[in-house]
Amino acid sequence: MLRKLAVVTTAAAALLAAASVHAQTVKIGIILPYTGQFADGATQLDNAIKLYVKQNGETVAGRKLEFVRKDTGGIAPDVAKRLAQELVVRDQVDILAGFLLTPNALAAGDVSAEAKKFMVVMNAATSIITTKSDYMARTSLTTPQVNESLGAWAATKGGIKKVYTMVSDYGPGHDGEQGFINGFKGAGGEVIGSVRFPVANPDFAAFVQRAKDLNPEAIYIWVPGGAQPAAIGKALAERGIDARKTKVLSQLELTDESARKAMGDAALGIITGAHYDPEHKSARNQAFVKAYVAEYKRSPNFFSMGGYDGMHLIYEALKKTGGKTDGAALIGAAKGMAWESPRGPISIDPETRDIIQTVYIQRVEKVGGENVNVEVDKVEKVKDPVKVRMMKK
Amino acid sequence: MQSLVGVLFDGFAYGMLLFLLSVGLSVTLGMMNFVNLAHCSFAMVGGYATVSFMNRLGWPFFAALAAAFVVAAAVAVVLERTLYRRLYRASDLDQCLFTIGIVFISVAAFAFFYTTELQSARVPEYLRGAVQIMGINFAAYRIFLVAVSLAMAVLLIFLLERTQFGATVRAAVDNQRMARGLGIDVDRAFMITFALGGGLAGLGGGLAVEFVGLEPTFALTYLVYVLIVVAVGGLGSIGGSFVAAAVLGISDMAGKYFFPWLGAFLIYLVMVALLMWRPAGLFGKR
Repeated sequence: MLRKLAVVTTAAAALLAAASVHAQTVKIGIILPYTGQFADGATQLDNAIKLYVKQNGETVAGRKLEFVRKDTGGIAPDVAKRLAQELVVRDQVDILAGFLLTPNALAAGDVSAEAKKFMVVMNAATSIITTKSDYMARTSLTTPQVNESLGAWAATKGGIKKVYTMVSDYGPGHDGEQGFINGFKGAGGEVIGSVRFPVANPDFAAFVQRAKDLNPEAIYIWVPGGAQPAAIGKALAERGIDARKTKVLSQLELTDESARKAMGDAALGIITGAHYDPEHKSARNQAFVKAYVAEYKRSPNFFSMGGYDGMHLIYEALKKTGGKTDGAALIGAAKGMAWESPRGPISIDPETRDIIQTVYIQRVEKVGGENVNVEVDKVEKVKDPVKVRMMKK
Repeated sequence: MQSLVGVLFDGFAYGMLLFLLSVGLSVTLGMMNFVNLAHCSFAMVGGYATVSFMNRLGWPFFAALAAAFVVAAAVAVVLERTLYRRLYRASDLDQCLFTIGIVFISVAAFAFFYTTELQSARVPEYLRGAVQIMGINFAAYRIFLVAVSLAMAVLLIFLLERTQFGATVRAAVDNQRMARGLGIDVDRAFMITFALGGGLAGLGGGLAVEFVGLEPTFALTYLVYVLIVVAVGGLGSIGGSFVAAAVLGISDMAGKYFFPWLGAFLIYLVMVALLMWRPAGLFGKR
C-alpha cells in the first residue's frame, strides 16, 4: 500500500513538474527537409533561426523558448502531416514553424487549422498555402508576387516586347511561368513560345537550342535552386546566348551565390526578380550578413531571410500577447505587424496573413572583379497578386 | 540543320559523360559479377576530390583529375579489402542491400563534411564557353569530354583485351578455380579490377563537376543513368557501354529538342525498345 502511494506521489510530482515547465516554456516545432535534395535550403534557413535566437536571447515575454526539430527528408506531405500531428499531440508545441516545401506546408496547414496552432511558413512559396489555416502567416514570398512584378517590369521599364518562356515541369515552375506571363501580358507583352522541361534534368542544351532557334528578344527561365541554375546558365553560354544581348529573366535562384560561382561570366547580364539578396545595401542587412558569415562561414540567402524574419514575427507576436500562446492570440498579434527587415520594409497583410514586401529587379554585373547581383529597380509594397484577385471576386 | 548538328553533338558529349561514369561499373559488374550500386559513390569521391584539390590546395584542373582517379581507386581498394570481398559469393540481393547502404552512408558523409551546398570548380579558361566551327557552336568542355572518353575507351579495350593483365582478369572471372590452379593470384586480380573501376568512376565524377554540378545526392541521381547504360550496353563490354552511352545521350538530346513534351521519358523508352530487341544488351554475351 505504502509502495503504491509512493509510486502515485512520484508520478503526480512528475506530472506537476512537467506542467510547470510547460507553463514557463514556449515550445516551437520546426519542420524542415534537413536531409535529401533540399537539405541545403533547410540548413540555410535553420542557421538563420539559430542566429536570431542567439542575437535576441532564448527568453521572450518572460518565457523560455524550446525548439523541437523534425526532418521530412524532402517532398513528403504525409510525413509532414504526421510530424505536425506528433509535435502538437505528443510534444505539445505551441507554434509550428519552418516549411521549406509547398506540399509539406499544405499538409501541415490542416493540422494548424484543426489544432488552432499558430504556424509560420518560412519559405514555401505557392500562393494558396496561407488559405489552409486561419492561424498561418508567411515570412518568405509568394511565387506570383515576385514573378508578376518581374513580368510587368520587363514589359514596361524593361522595354521587352516578346519573350520565350522555359520552366521546370512541376507546380512551382508552372506558378512561376503563370505569374510571369500574367504580369508580362498584362503590361502589353507577347509570349512567342513556351517549353516545360522535366524537373530532373541534368542537361539543358536541347531546350536552350529550341529557344535559340526562335531568336527571341528575351527568355524567361524558372528552375529550382541547387545544381540546375548553373547547368542552364552554362547551356546558355555554350549555345551562344549572351545574357547581355538576349535578355535572360528569372527568379532569384538562377543567380544566387553558388550558381554565380559555377556559371562564371556566363551569368553576366541575367536579370532576376528577388525579394532578398545578401548584396542588398542597407545597414541592417550588412549587419545581418556579417553576423551570419561570422557564425556559419558562408553568406545567407533567401532561405535564411525567411527563417530570420519568421523568428522575428514569432518573437514580436509573443511580446504583444504577453507570452500567451493560443493560436488566435498569436495570429491576431501577427496581423498587420510591420518591421524593417534586412531585406527592406515588410509587413504581414492583416487580410491574408501573407507577406507584403518590396520586389527588387537586379542584374548580374562585375563589381570589383566579382560577379554580383546589382539592384537596378524596385517595386514597393507588393501583395500576393493571386490573393488580391481572390479578394476582388 | 546547323542547330541540329549542334544538338546531336551535345547529346553525344552528354553520352560520353555517362560512359565515363558507367564504364567502371561495366567492368566490375560485368567481369566480377558484383552488383555494386555504390558505383556512383566512387564517382562522388572523385568529384569532391577534384573540388578539394582545386579549391583548397590550388592544384591545376588536370592534376586534380588525376588525383581524383587515384583517390577514388584508393577508396575502392580499401572498401574492397575490408568489405566488398566478403560479399563476392553472396546473393545478388545481399550485394544490392549492402551497396545501397554504402550509397546512403556516402550521401550523409559528404553532406556532413562538405555541407549540402552546390560545389563547383573553375576549369581552365580554354575549356569554357564555345568555339564556332562552320557556324555551329561547339562547347569547348564538351569537345574535351568527348576526347577524354574516346581515349579512355581505346585504352581500356586495349588493356583488357590485348594485355597479359587483361587476360589474367578475364581468366580469373570466367573460372576462378581453374585460374587459381594455374597459379593466377585471383584476389589480386579482383582487387586491381575493383580499383580500376573505382578510379574510372572517380575520373568521371571529376569531369562531371563542371558539367552537371556536384551535390551529396549525386550518387543517387546518376545511379539510374549509369545502370541504364550498363544494361543497354551489355554486361562487361566496354565497347557496349560506349555505344549505349552514345545512343542514349544522342536520343535523349534529340528527343528533348524535337519532342520536348516527352521530356525525361524518352531515355526510358529507348532503353525499353533496345532491351526488347536485345535482352542481354547491345553487346551482351549472356
